[in-house]
Amino acid sequence: MAELVTPRPPLEEPAPGPSASSRKGPARARSPRGRGTVQGRETRAALAFISPWILGFLVFTAGPMLVSLVLSFTDYSLVGQTHSVGVDNYRQLWEDPRVRQSLANTFVYAALFVPIGTVVALGLAMLLAGVGRASGFFRTAFYLPEMTPAVAAAALFLLLLNGQTGLVNTVLGWFGIDGPNWTTDPAWLKPSLAVVSLWSMGGTIVIYLAALKNVPRQLHEAAMLDGAGPIRRFFNVTLPMISGAVFFTVITNTIAALQMFDQAYTMFYGPQQKATASDASLVYMVYLFQNAFQFFKMGFASAMAWLLFVIIMLITVVQLRVGNRVVYYEGDTR
Amino acid sequence: MTVRRTTTALVLVSALATGACAGVGSKGNDSGGSSGGAAEGKPSGSLNIMGFGGEDEVAQARITAFQQAYPQVKVTHNKGDFDAQQFLTALSSGNPPDLVYMDRNLIGTYAAKGVVEPLTDCVKQQSIDTSQYRPAAMRSVTYKNTVYGIPEFYIVQVNLVDAKSLQQAGVDPSAIQTKDWGALEKTATQLYKHSGNKIQRVGYDPKLPDSFPLWALINGAQLVKEDGSPNLDDPKAVEALDYGVKLVKDQGGWTSFKAFRDSFDIFGDTNPLTKGTITAFPMENWYVNVLRDSIPAGLKLAATQITDRSGNPVSTLGGSTWAIPKGAKNPTAACAWMKTMTSTETWMKAADARIAKVQKDKSFFTGLFTANTKADEQIRAKYLKAAPDPGFDQAIKEFYATLDKASALNPSPAGAEIDAAWKSAVARALGGQPAQQALGQAQKEAQAAFDKASRG
Repeated sequence: MAELVTPRPPLEEPAPGPSASSRKGPARARSPRGRGTVQGRETRAALAFISPWILGFLVFTAGPMLVSLVLSFTDYSLVGQTHSVGVDNYRQLWEDPRVRQSLANTFVYAALFVPIGTVVALGLAMLLAGVGRASGFFRTAFYLPEMTPAVAAAALFLLLLNGQTGLVNTVLGWFGIDGPNWTTDPAWLKPSLAVVSLWSMGGTIVIYLAALKNVPRQLHEAAMLDGAGPIRRFFNVTLPMISGAVFFTVITNTIAALQMFDQAYTMFYGPQQKATASDASLVYMVYLFQNAFQFFKMGFASAMAWLLFVIIMLITVVQLRVGNRVVYYEGDTR
Repeated sequence: MTVRRTTTALVLVSALATGACAGVGSKGNDSGGSSGGAAEGKPSGSLNIMGFGGEDEVAQARITAFQQAYPQVKVTHNKGDFDAQQFLTALSSGNPPDLVYMDRNLIGTYAAKGVVEPLTDCVKQQSIDTSQYRPAAMRSVTYKNTVYGIPEFYIVQVNLVDAKSLQQAGVDPSAIQTKDWGALEKTATQLYKHSGNKIQRVGYDPKLPDSFPLWALINGAQLVKEDGSPNLDDPKAVEALDYGVKLVKDQGGWTSFKAFRDSFDIFGDTNPLTKGTITAFPMENWYVNVLRDSIPAGLKLAATQITDRSGNPVSTLGGSTWAIPKGAKNPTAACAWMKTMTSTETWMKAADARIAKVQKDKSFFTGLFTANTKADEQIRAKYLKAAPDPGFDQAIKEFYATLDKASALNPSPAGAEIDAAWKSAVARALGGQPAQQALGQAQKEAQAAFDKASRG
């Protein structure tokens, strides 16, 4: 934030004289004593405002994280004595074929959901941006599924996607398309999970809509004067201007996809389904849950959680490296 | 700037990604609270029960019986079914319920992990007559010669049949049998109806994966040995799975078959037997009580016993149990509850309530199947009359005839893992993996889990 209020340096060569550090801002130069008072007060106020979040983060996230790190080196099973097992749990991560399988399933799901979700959400946001009348209604309508519990949505889609009697295949049948068994054919389980997840893209749509509204109209007008058509304007004006928002949602949606649990558990591992679940639907978080609460391997489940954390971290670093080359930030001096 | 942006993003990532880790925090070494083993003294105080919905008249009558016997005990119970996560986290946080109500097949695993208390003291202090319970039910709550649960309901299976569809197809009910597998396959194929890729009627549903232990039993294999070790790749179990998969394959193949089955409204008037979308399947005794409401909708029920390949009646056994969690604060009241809820006198009161409900609904009694032999006999003698519907009458008789023929999976310290392993294997076999390979892999996984659990 400090960068936004700092005056930009003059375009001409700086005149010889005081060092750069002494030219940063008029307030600093004029009254170091006053600066300290104001800044100190502002800092304290800022800390006071964000302290609930910091406290919550420390107690409910950072604390449990550290505990789970410790637990990942033990045979903790929720009950009974706990012993240190060194790196056995991490070694077992490599030996357990279901860890590899659940990871592979999760990656495939994320690879389906993130790009498709981005394109669908952006398309819907662009449609919404063009709506004149009743725009409030449509925005609410598209955001409402976000408010629906994932479990309820998954249960609903189990009916809609039923390969024999579901509405989706019935509609496809009107066009002569013999739809697949979405929820029972191993080849279609992950695509059907991605379809269910698309239902709750409301948050991403709202972010894109806000970004689209911020694209300066004059840029489009200038491009039109230069003879650019809608597709050219989208790729050369709109997309670069909203690339920051796209980048943000790709990162957060990737993290969410790698942690996906609700839909997979409800559709394939709930009380009515667990006996018939195919390994093709075993995503990483479901297997982690099974280990923690069905097999009593809380230490191993903690190691699984940390492996996922590291994987997400690595993927995000790669995304950041790639993203920083192509994302446009307003006020960027690169 | 890039560094700052990267740092900010990494903090964001940390905050979001830790959802994977934060849920697995814990208290530490041991669940708190004192041992619930002792059940001495007069029951009093509060009794907190987990996993017991207790909403129907049979449950309500028994709750009332306990409250009349022990008015000084304040009973609270959540309305939901047993939830392993909820239970274990309660235990781990040192706040266990006083009593838990769960499937009997979980007892072995929980006993091995020390999650539930041995009931030796409870049985002694409250003078619970364990001989009144069916031996098969007691076997399923006994781990290493120690009783860990008091059994409640008793669930067995017979073949339930849509007699109307059978008659229309010109098939005799006796063709729904499990002795001659070749003949059953032929019958199933004959009754199966479809239009293109869309199934219209399943001839015979072997109810895989859930009923795989039943098919193994029919073929003479026990999936869990007496010592609790897995026996999933037993050649007879492999043969049973091969056969079950073939039955499904003959009737549309697994993906279509399961999708069709998923569309069933099991509890409504459009249940598969009434609607004619399934002709026969192995089903539990409680379902007859559900089906009774479908008689006005045109259901014609028939039933045949499930037999092994020599023709002897067999069934897998299911049901619920009461158990006292480790660290329970009021084991005395919990023990009194277990005794009261499963006693002959209380079951008779429950039967009274069921009869009152039946009379109010102008319906008929379909039996009450408990793990208490004496209670079952008294209820049957006092209340069970010939049902006005001959098909239901026959089904009820078949269920009663099966009670003493049922056997449960042996308790195992790795029961949950064994369960997961065979279910996963059956799902893989239904998906196309050879049965031998699927069960071989399951056996390896289950054996590893059993070895680890046995080492403690």
